[in-house]
Amino acid sequence: MTFFRLILRELASQKMRLALTTGAVAWGTIAITLLLAFGEGLERQMIRGTRGLGENIVIMGGGQTGRAHAGLPSGRRIALSMDDMHLLRAAFPEITSITAEYNTWGATVGYNGRDHSAPLSGTTPEFGAMRNHIPAAGGRFINALDEEQKRRVAFVGDKIAGEVFGEQDPVGQMITINGTPFTVIGVMQKKQQNNMYMGPDNNKLTIPASTFQAMFGPRYVRRIIYQMTDGLTSEDLEPRVLAFFATRFRYHPEDDRALWFWDVAENERTTRMVFLGVNGFMFFIGAMTLLISGVGIANIMYVAVRERTREIGTKMALGGERRHIIWQFLCEAMAIALSGGLLGMLLSAALIKAAGYLPPEKFSDLFGQPEITWFWTLLTVAILSLVGFFAGYFPARKAASVNPVEALRYE
Amino acid sequence: MNSNSAPLVHLDNIEKSYRTGKVSVRALEEVSLRVNPGEFITIVGPSGSGKSTLMNILGCLDVPSAGTYRLEGTDVGKLSRNELAKIRNRKIGFVFQNFNLLPYATAFENCEVPLIFAGLRKEERKNRIDRYLGRVGLAARAEHRPTELSGGEMQRVAIARALVNEPSLILADEPTGNLDSASGRGIMELFRELNAEGTTVMMITHDEHIAAHSPRLVRIADGRVDGDTA
Repeated sequence: MTFFRLILRELASQKMRLALTTGAVAWGTIAITLLLAFGEGLERQMIRGTRGLGENIVIMGGGQTGRAHAGLPSGRRIALSMDDMHLLRAAFPEITSITAEYNTWGATVGYNGRDHSAPLSGTTPEFGAMRNHIPAAGGRFINALDEEQKRRVAFVGDKIAGEVFGEQDPVGQMITINGTPFTVIGVMQKKQQNNMYMGPDNNKLTIPASTFQAMFGPRYVRRIIYQMTDGLTSEDLEPRVLAFFATRFRYHPEDDRALWFWDVAENERTTRMVFLGVNGFMFFIGAMTLLISGVGIANIMYVAVRERTREIGTKMALGGERRHIIWQFLCEAMAIALSGGLLGMLLSAALIKAAGYLPPEKFSDLFGQPEITWFWTLLTVAILSLVGFFAGYFPARKAASVNPVEALRYE
Repeated sequence: MNSNSAPLVHLDNIEKSYRTGKVSVRALEEVSLRVNPGEFITIVGPSGSGKSTLMNILGCLDVPSAGTYRLEGTDVGKLSRNELAKIRNRKIGFVFQNFNLLPYATAFENCEVPLIFAGLRKEERKNRIDRYLGRVGLAARAEHRPTELSGGEMQRVAIARALVNEPSLILADEPTGNLDSASGRGIMELFRELNAEGTTVMMITHDEHIAAHSPRLVRIADGRVDGDTA
């Protein structure tokens, strides 16, 4: 297209100004792109952390009744057992997997004549996948046979494993838990975990529920954990679970203090909402920077209109209508805005790629891996187009309104 | 020439006044003029005589304060800015004293500008440009920029640009004013040839020597027609 070729050549004829304004736009674009990429990386890091506890799981347990019911006073403790877990599984086909957990604080772990203290869980094999206790290579989580035969096997968190075994491979080693010998069957794979109870999972030991029962004899589990079919949210199921246990424990079916529910997916939703706000704010700051660079474009466009008054007059004499003159300056401003934006995006991408080469403990463990997303890129392009449009429109309108006679006489 | 045919240009009692501050300056008074298709007419007058104002009105760059100007029967005084632009584009070919070529565009591209404004397709644009750059003898210079051309060549490009939309009227404002005499003679010769081929040419000059050769001479002095050899 001759039209665009000429625009490019007009732009090329004022290299210094072109470089400065394109640079300003590129700078603004780098600001907005990096802010958003880091925001995105941090969000993913946080989400991954939220998921460390488990994805889409609901954790529940017994509370204290909040109102008197059927002749029983309020403030009565409700405690759930392994049987309740089985009842729940049988009653709700919507529940796809379920597990329960016994706990004790401060079990004594002995190895090589040294003692360590760590929280201990007794649970069923489903727990591993639901709570993201993924075994590192060479190990495994508790299985059905362990549970059935009350085996004395232990799955250990990676942090406590490091403290107890040092550089040694823990799998297959014998330890004692409160004096009873156990075999280590697996070590948890390192994971990011932001939400927790009884401390982070990397510091815990896990043994089969049946073994825990035999050793400590607890009547009640600390919590039941379940996962629902896709598409269901905890709010759908909570009132029904509450009502389901109401007759069994004789509390009012709507007494929401009788049981507590922790919807872990809710944490993820909250994190997303927070980051939507944070990213929105960063986008706003970046957009402001771009707006300022737009003022720079408008400025040189005004100068260009003045300097090329005679050329505008010539074009008018040759039959250039208002739209032709406007279109020309508009396209020039858009070209500056979009090429500056493209330059900025390429530079940002390079910077982000470079950040990926930094050692993880210095960078990505803290900030996550920054990432340029389509959503924010398209929004940035939209802002750039808008900035280019307005930076070009007003000077263009001025150009189109000059008097051709005076413009032709202009020196 | 058939003087009974409808006039191409019909100026009837044209008046043009400018207001500078509180004073109103009258640049043209009671100017009436008829130009028939195919004429070669030279408007001559000293600077400040109003001939440039007349040129602007004839070229539809400006509209008269009073009186009517009909170009091929159309009263241009009643047209909007964009309609005037369309008239300039289709019916008038401008040739300026200082050429007014786009410095960053080649001869070809300079000729292409009015064709783009006219909305012609690429192939048709190329046909026209080839024809008229050829007509002014610059087919070989199509890809040259103005800085690579001599003054005479630049003016030839400008003439080709004025011709590409095949206008009814060529308006040349001191076309030889910035040229050496040899190039100037060449340009005048080109205008005469174009006129012989049927193009109506109106030329404005203050140079009596150039004016002397014109078949029809209109003298302007103090904003009035001071003589017409027609």
